[in-house]
Amino acid sequence: MMARRLFARPARIAAIAPYLWMALFFLLPFAFVVKISLSQTAIAQPPYVPVIAIAEGGWAGFKAALAQLSLDNFRLLISDNIYVLSYLRSLTVAAIATAIMLLIGYPIAYGMARLPARWQPVAMVLVIVPFWTSFLIRIYAWINILQHDGLLNKTLMALRIVREPVTWLSTDTAMYIGIVYSYLPFMILPLYASLAKLDIGLLEAAADLGCSRLKAFWLVTVPISLPGVGAGVLLCFIPIVGEFVIPDLLAGSDRLMIGQTLWLEFFTNKDWPVASATAVVLLAVLLIPLLVYQRLQQRQLGTD
Amino acid sequence: MATRSIGQLSPFNVVALTLGLAFLYLPIAILVIYSFNASRLVNVWGGWSTRWYAELMNDQAMLAAAGMSFRVAAVSATAATILGTLAALALSRGERFRGRTLFSGMLYAPLVMPEVITGLSLLLLFVAVQTERGFWTVTIAHTTLTMCFVAVVVQSRLGSIDRSLEEAAMDLGCPPAKAFLYVTLPIILPAVIAGWLLAFTLSLDDLVIASFTTGPGSSTLPIRIYSEVRLGVKPQINAICTLIVAAIAVVIVSASLIAKMSSIRGESAAPL
Amino acid sequence: MDAESPKPEAMPVAATADAPLLRISSLTKRFAGYVAVDNLSLDIHAGEFFALLGPSGCGKTTLLRMIAGFETPDSGEILLNGDNIVNALPHQRPFNMMFQNYALFPHLTVEGNIAFGLKRLGMHASDVKDVVAQMLALVQLEGLGKRRPDQLSGGQRQRVALARSLALRPKILLLDEPMAALDKKLRESTQRELLELQRKLNMTFIIVTHDQDEAMTVADRIGVMDHGRLEQVAPPRQLYEAPRSRWVAEFVGDVNVFEGKMTGEEQGRVMVETRDAGTIIVPKPQGADDGKTLCVAIRPEKIKVSQRGPVNDLGGSAAINRLAGVVADVGYLGNATVYSVKLDAGAMLRASVSNTTRLDADSYQIGQRVVAWFVPADCMVLEQ
Repeated sequence: MMARRLFARPARIAAIAPYLWMALFFLLPFAFVVKISLSQTAIAQPPYVPVIAIAEGGWAGFKAALAQLSLDNFRLLISDNIYVLSYLRSLTVAAIATAIMLLIGYPIAYGMARLPARWQPVAMVLVIVPFWTSFLIRIYAWINILQHDGLLNKTLMALRIVREPVTWLSTDTAMYIGIVYSYLPFMILPLYASLAKLDIGLLEAAADLGCSRLKAFWLVTVPISLPGVGAGVLLCFIPIVGEFVIPDLLAGSDRLMIGQTLWLEFFTNKDWPVASATAVVLLAVLLIPLLVYQRLQQRQLGTD
Repeated sequence: MATRSIGQLSPFNVVALTLGLAFLYLPIAILVIYSFNASRLVNVWGGWSTRWYAELMNDQAMLAAAGMSFRVAAVSATAATILGTLAALALSRGERFRGRTLFSGMLYAPLVMPEVITGLSLLLLFVAVQTERGFWTVTIAHTTLTMCFVAVVVQSRLGSIDRSLEEAAMDLGCPPAKAFLYVTLPIILPAVIAGWLLAFTLSLDDLVIASFTTGPGSSTLPIRIYSEVRLGVKPQINAICTLIVAAIAVVIVSASLIAKMSSIRGESAAPL
Repeated sequence: MDAESPKPEAMPVAATADAPLLRISSLTKRFAGYVAVDNLSLDIHAGEFFALLGPSGCGKTTLLRMIAGFETPDSGEILLNGDNIVNALPHQRPFNMMFQNYALFPHLTVEGNIAFGLKRLGMHASDVKDVVAQMLALVQLEGLGKRRPDQLSGGQRQRVALARSLALRPKILLLDEPMAALDKKLRESTQRELLELQRKLNMTFIIVTHDQDEAMTVADRIGVMDHGRLEQVAPPRQLYEAPRSRWVAEFVGDVNVFEGKMTGEEQGRVMVETRDAGTIIVPKPQGADDGKTLCVAIRPEKIKVSQRGPVNDLGGSAAINRLAGVVADVGYLGNATVYSVKLDAGAMLRASVSNTTRLDADSYQIGQRVVAWFVPADCMVLEQ
C-alpha cells in the first residue's frame, strides 16, 4: 500500500516502452517459431513454405491456410530416435550436472555465509567475477587444460597417478567439468543469499534444545536454505537443458544434446521447420520448471 | 568439547572455499600465462614472449569482429539499461496494472531461457519482416536479453530503498517524476551502472544468439573465436582471450572505484 | 457527552473564535478488508499543537498521511482555510511531514537535505544558504552542515529531519511518531524543545504518537483514536480526569473500573451497588435513574491506603468510600508503590501511593489487612 498510489501513473508510463519491446522481441517471435514449426520444408530462401499468409485474408484464406498446416515435423520428432534420444540426454545431463553443482556449491556457499561479515562481500565478488569474464573463454581455458598434452595430463603423469595421457576432450567428463565450471556461480549465489540470512541464534537455540551440530544443520539450516536450493537448481537446470556451446566444444559428437540437434538442423541441414518444432517441444518440456522459477522470482523480488 | 562457537568458520569451510575459488580461477590464470608463451606449440613452454599479441594486431578479421562486438555491446547495453530501469520501476513502484503478470513473466523468462530458443525465435521474426541482418539485428537481440538482467539488478536495489524517502521528496515539493530524478535515481545509480556493465559484458560474451541473428559478413568476436576454437587451441586465441579478460577486469575495478568515490563524496556525485 | 464534566472544556484561547485552519469532515479510508479511518471529523486551529493518540493500527498514521496527501480518502473532505484539498498531491500542499524514520536523503549532506525543498521552490542560492544556516541554528546543529546522515547520531538525525521539514515554513507541520527511535532521556528533552520551538515559531503542529506521556507533554489538545474513530478530543487534563468512555479511561493512564447498578441518591450523589466491590458513592451523573447500570472508575493515585481508613468520616456530603481487603501484591516503582488489594467483596483494586519519604514507615506487606479509601469526587462515572 502506501505511496504506490502516487507512483501508479508514472509507473504505468514507465512500463510502456519495456512492455512493448518485450512483446515485440520476446513474445511475438515465439508465434513465428510455432508457425514455422507447422510448415513444410522447402529448398529456398527462407527454407520453408510459409503458412497462414495474412495477405490471403478472409475466412476462406484462413481455412485454406489451416488446411495447409502440418504436424509432419512433430511426427518426425517422435518417430526418429535421434530427437527423442537427444531430449532424454539433455534432461539427464542437466539433472546430473545440477546435482553435482548442488553438492559442490552448498559447502562453498555455506563457507561464504560463515565468513566474518567484512569478508563476505569480498567472497561474493570473487564468485561473481568469473561469471563476468567471457563464457566462451572459460570453456576455451578448459580445452587448453584437458588436451592430450595439456596441463592436467602432465600433472597427473608427473605425480605418477597415470602412466599414459588420458583422453579427456570429447568425453562426457570434460562436458560435465565445463558445465559445472560455467554454471557454478548461478548455484552458489542463491544458496549464499538464503544461507546468509540464517541467524546464528537459531543454531544456538537448536543446540540449546539438544541438537547435535549435524542434527541442527539438518533440522534448521537445510530447511531455511530450501528456497535458495530451489532457485539455484532452476537457474542451472533450465538453461543447461538447452545448452549448446559446452557439449559442442567439450563432449563427443556421437550423442547430441537437444541444443546441438537444433543448431545442426538449423545451420547445417537448413531445416528451419524441424528446428522450430524442436524448439517448440523443448519449450514445452521446460514449461513447468519455467513457471516454478517465475513464481520463485516474483516472491523473492516481492513484486506480488 | 567444542573449541569454537557454532557460527565460526570450520577448517572444512575454509577448504571448501579455497578449492571452490581455485576451481573458478585457475583455468583463467593458466590461459593468461600461456598467452605469453613464446612457443608455437601451445602446451610446451618456450619462455615469455608477446609475439602472439603482435600477430593478433595483424589479424584483420579478428579486429573487425572485435570492433563489431564492442559497438553492439555499447549500444545494446545503453538501450537495455534504459529499458531495464524503466521496467524495474514499473514493477517495483506500480500497482497492479493490466498484464502485469505477463510483463514480469516476459522479464524473468529470458534469464533462464535456453539461448538457442531465444536466438532462433528472433531470427524467424527478422526473416519474417525481411530485415537485413547484421549490426542492428544483433543489437536488438542483445538488448532484449540483457534488459532483463538490468531489470533484476535495478529492481532489487529499488526494493531496498526506504519508500518514505520518495514521499519526503514529494512532501518537500517534488512531483513524482522529479522525486524520481532527485532522490530515487541518485540512490539507485550504482545499481544502474552495474546493470550497464553487466549488459555490456553479457553482450560481449554472447555466441549463440549472435550466431542466429547476425548476417553474412558481420561476425562478432565470440563467433570468430568459436570458429577458431573448433579447429583447436591456438596461441593467438589465448592472447585475444587474455585481452578480453584484461578489459573486463579494468571495467570491474574502475566500476568499484567509482562506486567507492561516489559513496565518499555523497553530495557532489548527486545531480544537485 | 453524557458523562460528568467537572470543568468547562478548556479550548486554547487563541483558537475558539476563529474558523479552523484545517477542517476534516466525514473522512473515510478503507484498505482491503478493513476500515482504517471511519467517517472522522476534526477541526485543527491555527497555532495549535494537536496530538493524535491511539494504539497501533487505530488509523492515526493513515489520517496523518491523508492530511499530507500520501493517501486518498474514499470519501469526505479536507478543508484548508475553507478550500477542499483532497485532490491535491503532496507537493501541492503547504504542509510538511517529519517521518518516523526521518527519511533523510542518504546521498545528500545535512545542508543538502535542509535545502532540498527550498531548491524546489526555485529560491536563489544565497537565500537558500541563509535559510539553511538559520535552520541549523534553530535546531542547534551549527557546524554539522557538511556531514552526511550516516555520520550523525540518532538525536542529530532527528534534528535534521525537523529542520528540513520546518525550512519551508509549512502551514502545518505533521510529525509521525517523531521520537519513537530515541531513548527515554533524549525523548523527554526533545519533547520540551519541540514544544518551545512550536511556541516560538507560532506554528501549527499535528503529531501522531502511541506514547500518552508524549501526547500529554506536548499537546494543547489530544484526539484519542480507536478503530478509525475519534473516541474523544480534549485537552490533556480533561482527557485524563474526565474521559468520555471506559475505553478512553483505560487507554489513557491506569484505572480501576467497577460495574454496578444505581441504587439510591442523596445530595447530588448516588450509590452504586457493584458486583464485586461493595457499594460506592459517586457524584451524580446527568440523566441517571435508579436501576441503571453504570461504570465507576477511579485512578490508582486517587486511592489512599491505610490500616484502618481515615479517622474522620463525616458521612453525608463528606462521605468517603472505604473498601477493606488484603494486600495481594506490592509493586515498588521508586517514586510510588502500587498495591494490589484483594477486596473482601472479591475485586482486585490497584492503589498507587507516592513515596514521599525515604523510609518505609508507611509500607504494607503482602497478606496485611488494609483499607483503601477515596472521596466520591475523585470517582468517574462512565458509559460502558
